[in-house]
Amino acid sequence: MNLTAPESLIFWMTLFFLIFFFLLTKFAWKPILKAVKERERNIEAAVDEAERVKQEMAKLKADNEKLLQEARAQRDQILKEARELKEQMLQEARAEAEKQRAEELAKTKQVIEAERQAALKDIHNHVAKLTVEMAEKVLRDQLADKAKQEELIRKNLSELKLN
Amino acid sequence: MKVALLRTVFRVFVLLVLFSGPFSRAQEGHSGHTEAATGEAGHAGHEKVDAGEIVAHHTGDSHEYLVEIPFLLHKTIHLPVILWTDKGLSIFSSARFKGDNEGKVVVTDDKGNRFVRIHEVIYYADKVKPGDKVSALDFDKRPLDFSFTRNALAILIVFGLLFLVLYYTVKGYRNPKKLPKGLAGFMEPVILFIRDDVAIPNLGKDKYEKFMPYLLTVFFFILFSNLVGLIPFAPFGHNLTGNILVTFVLAVFTFILTTINGNKHYWKEIFTPEVPKALWPIMVPIEILSMFTKPFALMVRLFANILAGHTIMISLVALIFILGTVYVSPVSGFFIIFMSFIELLVAFIQAYIFTILSALFIGLAIQEHEHGEHHTEETVH
Repeated sequence: MNLTAPESLIFWMTLFFLIFFFLLTKFAWKPILKAVKERERNIEAAVDEAERVKQEMAKLKADNEKLLQEARAQRDQILKEARELKEQMLQEARAEAEKQRAEELAKTKQVIEAERQAALKDIHNHVAKLTVEMAEKVLRDQLADKAKQEELIRKNLSELKLN
Repeated sequence: MKVALLRTVFRVFVLLVLFSGPFSRAQEGHSGHTEAATGEAGHAGHEKVDAGEIVAHHTGDSHEYLVEIPFLLHKTIHLPVILWTDKGLSIFSSARFKGDNEGKVVVTDDKGNRFVRIHEVIYYADKVKPGDKVSALDFDKRPLDFSFTRNALAILIVFGLLFLVLYYTVKGYRNPKKLPKGLAGFMEPVILFIRDDVAIPNLGKDKYEKFMPYLLTVFFFILFSNLVGLIPFAPFGHNLTGNILVTFVLAVFTFILTTINGNKHYWKEIFTPEVPKALWPIMVPIEILSMFTKPFALMVRLFANILAGHTIMISLVALIFILGTVYVSPVSGFFIIFMSFIELLVAFIQAYIFTILSALFIGLAIQEHEHGEHHTEETVH
């Protein structure tokens, strides 16, 4: 192998290598590595962001679920309360009605009793009056005839004798 | 539509692989060595071809840059020679050597220095005679050479290409929130691969960022060099990462980063390892040596792999000329295509290995240990 003078190529190689090492570092490697790194950081950030959003979504969903559950529970509670209230109201109404009816009934009974008593009294009086009238009529009728009066007296006397 | 286009591109590629090899290498051989000696263009088939010489010439460095498109263009660009001589800086075109590599053409610069070139190394003409046994390590016989050579130009081309590609990649990031567009869509997975599978596991999540630019630069430089080296025509087709000087510089950078970032524990393990004190005379030198063997292994592994690939490719082409028959070319062509696919794989693997081992070595130097824990730290490739 012809090497010419070794110092020649060593000199040029060192010179060119150093020149181009600094040139390439400044104009190529640094910008490229920086761009790549930046892009990787961007991608990483995007992935992190996506992960974060996903977690947030999951959290939101869980929250929603919880809210729904709560709403459902509340609805059940309200319904239950309403039912209880209804029951209670019904009960009360029923009791009230019962009471009222009983009162009414008692009152009615009293009135009926009073009426009955009044009616009975009336009837008593009426009957008494009628009886008196009848008796009067009968007596008048009987006593109109002299013979019959004497018979009656005799009969009554006979009865008295027996006694 | 796309398939048809791909098929056409593939056909052109195959043609180029089949033809550019023989033509360019043979002609390189001429212009570099034989032509100057014989002064004759000659047909490749009738010449004695020295495959070793062709391989050495392709895989090595040179002051000339051959621009060639088969059948269309064949042109040698003479790159500037930059020398640090005893009398100061001296700059002139390598064309003045007239392709000579044997020390025959003497070039005189404006300061009165006289130079000759032998096997791509420039010496003082006064201190070297043609035919002398000299090597690039004879520093007393030659000026310091900072020439902008073929491989230096190749480094610039590869880095320029990388910069261009990344310029358009960065454009795809105008809006950081959107997915990357265009080239960025192609580059980003690779960058992320380096970050997530190379840097973070070895360096730790807190400290990796500091080393990312270095690891990315090294990875893409090696990858682009390897890939560009597989394209068999100018302005590509260099043997850059198969050049030990280039991998040496890369390994030195890793070594420097490891050493200056090494924490207390790293140095403690080297100078006071957790073994009986009687073993320290043996262990401490080994530990110190291992500081250097790690980057050394990095350097040699990459260099040897890529050089081997290029050597095999050129040797396959040279086979046609060595055997002197055109009927070998389909066999060579087939194997070259086959090797190209393997080299394509090797291009990625070696870039990956260099980067991950760099990250590992730096990681071992900076990591915090829990007390009493022991680490095995050898990785073999």
